[in-house]
Amino acid sequence: MKRNAKFYWTLFRSTFSLSAFTVGGGFVIVPLMKKRFVDELHWIDENEMLDIAAIAQSTPGAIAVNASILIGYRLAGLLGALVTILGAILPPLILLSVISVFYQAFRDNVYFTGLMTGMRAGVAAVIVDVVMKMSIDIVRGKDPVAIVTMVLAFVAACFFEVNVIWVILASGIVGLLNYFWKKNTKGESA
Amino acid sequence: MIYWELLLSFMQIGLFSIGGGYASMPLIQAQVVDKYHWLTMGEFADIITISQMTPGPVAINSATFVGMRIGGIAGAIVATLGCILPSCVIVLFLSFIYFKYRDVSVVQGVLGGLRPAGVALIGSAGLSILLMSFFGGNTESIYHLPFDKLDLIAIALFAICLILLRKTKKDPLLIMGGAGVIGMIAYPLLNR
Repeated sequence: MKRNAKFYWTLFRSTFSLSAFTVGGGFVIVPLMKKRFVDELHWIDENEMLDIAAIAQSTPGAIAVNASILIGYRLAGLLGALVTILGAILPPLILLSVISVFYQAFRDNVYFTGLMTGMRAGVAAVIVDVVMKMSIDIVRGKDPVAIVTMVLAFVAACFFEVNVIWVILASGIVGLLNYFWKKNTKGESA
Repeated sequence: MIYWELLLSFMQIGLFSIGGGYASMPLIQAQVVDKYHWLTMGEFADIITISQMTPGPVAINSATFVGMRIGGIAGAIVATLGCILPSCVIVLFLSFIYFKYRDVSVVQGVLGGLRPAGVALIGSAGLSILLMSFFGGNTESIYHLPFDKLDLIAIALFAICLILLRKTKKDPLLIMGGAGVIGMIAYPLLNR
């Protein structure tokens, strides 16, 4: 992957279009990014994408912007981060500038709400597709701790509305304990 | 100086909203409605509605909207910059740490716990947007689903998109855009 003008243009174009489709909450950008940067461009691997998601979620600010900064920095340092920040903030900046001028008309326009509602159904399908693939990967990994962590985190976030910060913190601690436990049992058997 | 106030105000919103969209709403309200009276409560509710339908983070959408009203295009840019500055600094710092130390085995252990949780959180976000889509944005919580407001067009669009995604190699952006265009035609036509 050469870091020439074409690379930066692809990077900008990708974050710009992903940001333009991040409807219904910032975390939506994560599966979209996974599809683009992992599956299509092969610029980063799936594990890195999940680490980026965790960092983006647990730092202050908009998740979509944070995730874009992380991807940009990972691929091309500070300049890359600058490119992805621009890509991430320009769609809402342009769109909301226009809407703020005509906002009454937009809110009551049937074609506009139709477009947005239709897009939302499409976005939901992309996320379900990505989640199906990723969770199958975790199950195939056959690590019982990982599978249990995934199920419990889902139940906690979804059915008990536990704040994501606690979910991330708790699963980090589980990862740490699991690491030491594995290290100890290995040490004894050796 | 209005630009300075916009910058400082949205920097606070950017710095203290942890956990995304919904977490930032009360902070925006405190600054924009209660403290500076840049918007009325009704206008603020409208931004939330618009933000739920349009792409982009709620905080950035409000920054642009408020900035435009208070100081035109320059105001919108200043407010948006204020909003992302704190996260830029913090996230860049963490990126640096992460890419430097991620191969250390303890860090690998922690990340090994975070990854399955990450899949779960994406799943959870997916479920909420799925419900929002199926029930026309009327879902308050997953325990009270308004089945009388079921949006059949959205369910059909979702099913078609999911089949296309799994059976073909079509660009997801194309599929999402296509769903939007069909919605733009179908909703005004069928919901008369």
